[in-house]
Amino acid sequence: MTDLMAARAQMAMSLAFHIIFAALGIALPLLACAAEWRGMRTGDPGYTGLAKRWAKGTAILFAVGAVSGTVLSFELGLLWPGFMRHAGAVVGLPFSLEGFAFFTEAIFLGIYLYGWDRVSPRAHLAAGLVVAASGALSGIFVVLVNAWMNAPVGFTLAPDGSFADVDPLLGMRSPVALAQTLHMTLAAYAATGMAVAGVHAALLLRCATRRDAVARRFHTRALSIALAVGAPAAVLQPLSGHYSAERVAVTQPVKLAAMEGQWRTEAGAPLRIGGWPDERAEQTRFALEVPKALSLLAFGDPNATVRGLDVVPRADRPPVLVTHLAFQLMVACGSAMALVGLWGLWAMGRARRTGLGIDARPRLLLATALSAPLGFVAIEAGWTVTEVGRQPWVVQGVLRTRDAVTPVPGLVVPFLMFTALYVFLGVMVAFLLWRLIVATREAGTPAGLTREYPVPLTPAEPAAAAS
Amino acid sequence: MLAPVGLTVGGVHFGLPELAAGAMAVALTGYVLTGGADFGGGVWDLFAAGPRRQAQRALVAEAIGPIWEANHVWLILVVVLCFTCFPPAFAALSTVLHVPLTLMLVGVVLRGSAFVFRAYDARRDETHERVQRRWGLLFSVSSLVTPVLFGVCLGALASGAVGRAAAATAGTFADRFVRPWATPFACAVGAMTLALFALLAAAYLTVEADAAGDAALADDFGRRGVWAQAATAASAAAALALAPASMPVRDVITGGAWAAVLQTVTLAAAVGLVLALRGRHWRLARFAAQGEASCLLWGWAWAQFPELVPPGGTAARLAAPPLTIALALGTLAVGTLILLPSFVYLFRVFKGPARGAAAGGGGA
Repeated sequence: MTDLMAARAQMAMSLAFHIIFAALGIALPLLACAAEWRGMRTGDPGYTGLAKRWAKGTAILFAVGAVSGTVLSFELGLLWPGFMRHAGAVVGLPFSLEGFAFFTEAIFLGIYLYGWDRVSPRAHLAAGLVVAASGALSGIFVVLVNAWMNAPVGFTLAPDGSFADVDPLLGMRSPVALAQTLHMTLAAYAATGMAVAGVHAALLLRCATRRDAVARRFHTRALSIALAVGAPAAVLQPLSGHYSAERVAVTQPVKLAAMEGQWRTEAGAPLRIGGWPDERAEQTRFALEVPKALSLLAFGDPNATVRGLDVVPRADRPPVLVTHLAFQLMVACGSAMALVGLWGLWAMGRARRTGLGIDARPRLLLATALSAPLGFVAIEAGWTVTEVGRQPWVVQGVLRTRDAVTPVPGLVVPFLMFTALYVFLGVMVAFLLWRLIVATREAGTPAGLTREYPVPLTPAEPAAAAS
Repeated sequence: MLAPVGLTVGGVHFGLPELAAGAMAVALTGYVLTGGADFGGGVWDLFAAGPRRQAQRALVAEAIGPIWEANHVWLILVVVLCFTCFPPAFAALSTVLHVPLTLMLVGVVLRGSAFVFRAYDARRDETHERVQRRWGLLFSVSSLVTPVLFGVCLGALASGAVGRAAAATAGTFADRFVRPWATPFACAVGAMTLALFALLAAAYLTVEADAAGDAALADDFGRRGVWAQAATAASAAAALALAPASMPVRDVITGGAWAAVLQTVTLAAAVGLVLALRGRHWRLARFAAQGEASCLLWGWAWAQFPELVPPGGTAARLAAPPLTIALALGTLAVGTLILLPSFVYLFRVFKGPARGAAAGGGGA
């Protein structure tokens, strides 16, 4: 493994790890706030219990997200000093803004997590909303930096490769800034909402849960709140994805060509579904081709010319196979989620009119449970598309990745070290969250759910679970 | 483009780069006084002893639980200010100090996650105690190692080794990436940093224990504060003795009017701290500890000023374009307007005298 590959692998691994916690950290506080707000409005302590349960999960996830984010901010210099030396003056501004948004988030998260008994209910909910808003903002600021790397603006390039006439404000208005921030913010809500919905749907499918009125009500409420956040985002996401692809077609034609496996420049290019790009033969095999659809989707004209990978020399092309497969994977996961989201929204609308609860639809529950991991698979695949698809550039057309890497040798050592560390952390987080969920599974016993979920049973429901 | 702004005081020019360097020193002070003390708390978790061992650990966990994440962001602020306002300095530091910074990051990750895992491990059974102890050990050992590495990096920077190594383009791995920081001086600064963080934590914890009404526990941490003060003084003396003759800032630390003032104030704070701890004036002790830490930090910063990466790497030479720095400082000003009240609110909620005054948010 060369040092450049090791540095790329370490950065990719660190980002892939952090993005999960970042996405959860953006959307989980919103879920908790929604539950808390319903609890305040209805006076039903069941919702407050749900908010507390989600807040506990948030505490673990936020801490791991905060420390892995710290690692990333150092890695910018530890791995890519060439990038920071040139770009620091431009992208420093969104990073500074992100720093403040993150500061606000951390302060109010402390109040939200530890302040249940120390501030008034209203102030507590307000603190949660500040956490949710500043979490979304800090995500947006970081994505602005990535948008700049994809379509850099706000400077002129001096003959020696350094940046002149730097304007950081203009640097935040990259042509892909809106597309990328919209796509990623929706992704965070869709992935988190549908994942949480999936977990509670899976628990609702269990016989033990179905026999237990308390647990059933707990998970039905959790499911409906998670769906209310995740499903609309999942349904809107394909639209924002389409807009994003349109921007890529204009600003990064080579990336689009790699995403679509489009080797040759072509008028009326087809849309390839699936397929296997053969980098040696320079053609994409086994794809289902929809005639002229790529030209139509990318440029709104079925006969538009789509530039292929042949517009640049081989050395300037990204790894086509990885980019194409990751793109197909993202689209597949996103489409499936959008369908499940539509189904869930329809069922929730029906539930309001007919009274047939969503917990009484086993097929919807199964579909929701199965789609739980899809959002995070799509996020990882999407970041693979945007990062691998930009290679060999770290700043598109301006700075090559190999010119940005640190001169420190032996980078495979820190790569393996951080990989081991993150695998360990990932396993531990999964284990602890699983135990949090198990605590609700053992409902119905005096030591189980009823202790922290003191739900007053309505007369219609016999006190099967009361101890 | 902005016209160069600034004023000259006593032969030293204060412009945008110098202001940004000052802002970084303020942020670093914020980190040492808050985040540093959180690491110190972990040290006292490791060295918890005596009949009140469990109470000591519980107090540490309770004191840092709600605030450590916010305190930690000061470090991120320092990093972001560095790479925004002084990109070449950030590139040089993270290249030459790659090894200790990477190890420090591992410590940061393990400390934070072990702490939160320990706090949120939901299981309550016979293995619980053992699991808790294991997380506690990971938390406290990483709290011990991380400040040392942090101090080693600062020591290497102050000694001028970073600046010299960054200029080199040839040499062995050891020459370029190990020798600049693996020096007796940098190690002494690392030890001093650890002792100082432990000192801050002990002083803060006396106030916390006192507020909780546990006088014996406050005395425990009072004694620990005196030990930490002795360790701080010893390692500071060692650092001074080990400072390389070629160290660019050596003269400023040991001579000159400003140095005399800073030395006097630092000494007064150090002596006052011990007296306050002996006399159980906990709040005064906390104030003195903060004063001592700030004096040490600003003494170093002032000695180095206007150099960021000595020798020769002045703030002006390493600065980003003026517009970038102006925007960063503007962001800082606006951000402070939002953050300062938020911080005051956070500390009032958790460190204020009126605990549990507000109505409960739905029963814990």
